[in-house]
Amino acid sequence: MYEFIKNIDRRWIFLLMFLSVSIPILLQLQFPEKATDLAYSTFDIIESLEPGSNVLLSFDFDPASEGELGPMATTFSYHCAAKGLKMYYMALWPVGPQMIDDRIDMVIHSDFPDMVYGEDYVNLGFKSGNEGVIKVIVTDFRELYTTDAYGTAFDDIPMCQDIYSVQDMDLVINVSAGYAGTKEWVQYAVTPFPDKIKMVAGCTGVQAPLLYPYIPDQLPGLLGAIKGAAEYEMLVGERYGLQDQPKYLEGIRRMGPQLVAHLLMIFLIIVGNVIFFMDKKKEGQS
Amino acid sequence: MKRTVPLLITALGGFVLIIAYFIPRTQGWGEIAAIWFDVLASIAFVLGGGNLIKIHLKKVSDHKSGWGYSGITLAAFIITLSIGLGKIGVNPNIQFPTHEWSGSYREIGTPFWWLYEYVFKPLTATMFAMLAFYVASAAFRAFRAKNIEAILLLGTAFIILLGRTFAGVALTAWLPEWLSGLKLENLTVIIMKVFNTAGNRAIMIGIALGIASTSLKVLLGVDRSYLGQSKE
Repeated sequence: MYEFIKNIDRRWIFLLMFLSVSIPILLQLQFPEKATDLAYSTFDIIESLEPGSNVLLSFDFDPASEGELGPMATTFSYHCAAKGLKMYYMALWPVGPQMIDDRIDMVIHSDFPDMVYGEDYVNLGFKSGNEGVIKVIVTDFRELYTTDAYGTAFDDIPMCQDIYSVQDMDLVINVSAGYAGTKEWVQYAVTPFPDKIKMVAGCTGVQAPLLYPYIPDQLPGLLGAIKGAAEYEMLVGERYGLQDQPKYLEGIRRMGPQLVAHLLMIFLIIVGNVIFFMDKKKEGQS
Repeated sequence: MKRTVPLLITALGGFVLIIAYFIPRTQGWGEIAAIWFDVLASIAFVLGGGNLIKIHLKKVSDHKSGWGYSGITLAAFIITLSIGLGKIGVNPNIQFPTHEWSGSYREIGTPFWWLYEYVFKPLTATMFAMLAFYVASAAFRAFRAKNIEAILLLGTAFIILLGRTFAGVALTAWLPEWLSGLKLENLTVIIMKVFNTAGNRAIMIGIALGIASTSLKVLLGVDRSYLGQSKE
């Protein structure tokens, strides 16, 4: 047994990981969530906005991280739409527009059919240049965005007529999977204009530790990975009665497989260390 | 000339951005420099595409090991580019029904949408999901309590792994209120807010100082390595 575990083929570990993720999915394992301060502050900041406030939603992620960030992007869109906020979508990643389209289809077209494109929400699309884009639009939107994602002139879009820069937004919501993302928004938008630009963000698990130094002054709200999304979904769900709508509970649903996968990781680390110490003991004896 | 002009452009762009940050009256200069940067970033896509074709064509023509993958890369690149740029199968925009190319390339049901939805999306999602398998294998083989530092790291990993799920809440729910700071979910927050933030801030300040000195070297032309090697 000892020899088998010591020289175990890694395909057995792959199989264990596959089972630890797939079984909770099939059994629809779900656990209650307890919101942390950061999820509360993210929720409260959006909740405190007046209907009709301008919100810039920058979806800087791609299908690779959609599993982690998609649920929070959906819930952000729902929360803004339910509050009656004006949503300005944009992306710093080339496939960001597809992420925006998915949320518009899933949330606005499906649950808020009365919302009018150009009056209640607009998709400004992708612009190349990473932080260069932020640096320009933070003082002048029209320098880069002459049209929306579908070619309509910026000035012909009713909700864009009074928008000159990011400083005209009441809140920036960024969903980020890496560079360019939350860090660049903090450095090039929030830091130079701390009194005018306020931002909350959602990010991947690996990014979260790197963004904590900006909390709370530059980044008052942060949702870290699927756990952050689940906490935020719980708060939005309780406020707007979404407990029976599965598409707004994706984060909570994905926490089930995550829990079992984390337990497996701990188990593997412990087993690996037991073998390590047994080896050491044997070496000492010989 | 080949090296002097890029050096001058770099120095000019860099110093303009620095001056624009500190002197409000010159803010417009910074905006112009940033717009130039965005224009160049767009052109870089063309350069990147050209480079990709050049490298992979050479690999295919030389029959280097793995040249088949280069062939697939080239085919995927050319097919996607042609369908996207040519707006193949896209319906005209309702506002401009006579203009064939007026529709959106992302329209549902178009070949480009199909490529994105059924090729790009599953492939990239699969690549990212595979990380879980490799991380599990690495956890078993590499995460050893060899010394004090490794034990500290291991302990922190356990707290975070448990504290970020309901397992953490369930395992330490029995702790009385006056010991609530020791509950795993609270310990996770403390680790992230205190130890992680302090460490990361120190690293960030160090990196920022390093970037400032390196940037100054680049702007003053002391460090020219970014220009590559040249006989001139």
